[in-house]
Amino acid sequence: MLILTCPYCGIRAEETELHAGGEAHLKRFGPGASDAEFETYLFARKNPKGVHFERWRHSAGCGKWFLAARCTATLEVFGTYSAQTTQPPKHILDAIKAKRPNWEGLV
Amino acid sequence: MRKYSIFAVAREAMRYHAGWEKAWRSPVPKKKYKAVIIGAGGHGLATAYYLGKVHGITDVAIVEKGWLGGGNTGRNTTIIRSNYLQDASAAIFDKALQLYEGLSQDLNYNVMFSPRGLLMLAQSEHEMRGYKRTVYANDLQGVSTRWIDRDEVRALVPIINIDGPRYPVLGALYQERGGTARHDAVAWGYARACSAMGMDIIQQCEVTGIRTQNGTVAGIDTTKGAIECETLSIVTAGHSSVLADMAGFRLPLESVALQAWVSEPVKPCMDMVVMANLVHGYMSQSDKGEMVIGGGTDGFNNYTQRGSWHHVEETTRALVETFPIISRLKMLRQWGGIVDMTGDRSPILSATPIKNVFVNCGWGTGGFKAIPGSGWAMAELVARGTPGPLAADFGLNRFREGRFIDESVAAGVAH
Repeated sequence: MLILTCPYCGIRAEETELHAGGEAHLKRFGPGASDAEFETYLFARKNPKGVHFERWRHSAGCGKWFLAARCTATLEVFGTYSAQTTQPPKHILDAIKAKRPNWEGLV
Repeated sequence: MRKYSIFAVAREAMRYHAGWEKAWRSPVPKKKYKAVIIGAGGHGLATAYYLGKVHGITDVAIVEKGWLGGGNTGRNTTIIRSNYLQDASAAIFDKALQLYEGLSQDLNYNVMFSPRGLLMLAQSEHEMRGYKRTVYANDLQGVSTRWIDRDEVRALVPIINIDGPRYPVLGALYQERGGTARHDAVAWGYARACSAMGMDIIQQCEVTGIRTQNGTVAGIDTTKGAIECETLSIVTAGHSSVLADMAGFRLPLESVALQAWVSEPVKPCMDMVVMANLVHGYMSQSDKGEMVIGGGTDGFNNYTQRGSWHHVEETTRALVETFPIISRLKMLRQWGGIVDMTGDRSPILSATPIKNVFVNCGWGTGGFKAIPGSGWAMAELVARGTPGPLAADFGLNRFREGRFIDESVAAGVAH
């Protein structure tokens, strides 16, 4: 059972209280973008076997969106953080590097 | 390869069954093949089989990380049907069903195809309208399905709790040609037939890299050495994104866990497949007597082949309401597979940004039923370099062009 801590209300919530929202930190393209850029933004996903940054909503709690860093190969959670960011904060990256020294970084 | 027959059984019975040969060879990989297929599951093996049988290409290697048929081919609920809404889906899934009907004879291997009939219960007004629409669509597509009322459902499957109270059964979409097959036998049968054509099935051989030269595929690196190839097919279901990453492109896929579980074996009590999509569960009885149950996927990316507990509870709870007779059955085993979901819940059979690299993925929660049709269409794509009529609509370009084959809301999908 997947347990994440909501960074806003601090509650440890298990997955039935949460709603998964897919890959985080997507670069958004809007009007004026090329077809390829728009397609990439809408559909192409890294879907890694390993470290994954993703969006979650505390749907049965405070209702807010937040972000999580998690390993899809082991279900290990590295941490959760505010959705008001464009990059993962340093303490999340440090937590990942401590446990995954060979991690290639956010690409 | 010796043919399996009643005479072979009689001959072996006389000599303590000591003369059966291995069903397929386990060769050391050659340096170079005309076609390499990554993934020896049902789809990969079927692709190889039809490449040889229909297109005469037998210089083929099928490379497998684990053991053949050990991924989703060995982890599904073995349901076969073709009652989809969209024309492109109906075409490829019905091709698969037609091939399943003759597959045991074609492969000389008993895949235990059992066209026992399949019911999709309508338990709400909306579902009823949706299924009637599917019946009309299937009529136009030449796929035989029909709408049956609740009395006929009661007669066909007496163990269903027709009257609810929460979700009364209003009728059902009935496909008489639908049913089940022995999932392992499908993989084994294709593997045996491929091996007999001289193809190499290389198990325990993980692909570690994909080599390209001037935008064209050159070969693959594996844990058993490098292999050169002229065409490369990636047929790896939940791991398609990982392989695509090696080749340097991304796919519109998310890998999530889907689970199934079986009960202890009981006497025959239900001789068809029943899907209750509103309450999200489906069930059939295996030849051994186990009730085979499948439910929904998890919502988050996952490669662990383990699913979440709450799905087991929710689905079992829903099925106990629908089939009160199972309320005291013990569940024996539970397992999960990693399914590759596309946004429109339709598969991808396509060329890729790398020349002569083809992908067959995105079958999501419904791949087993499609194995022969998928292999047939993929073989056509690999042999000619351009898709045939079955695969034409399933290209990667549909995402850029907004030309989706939308089955996620088409009521024909249980996931």
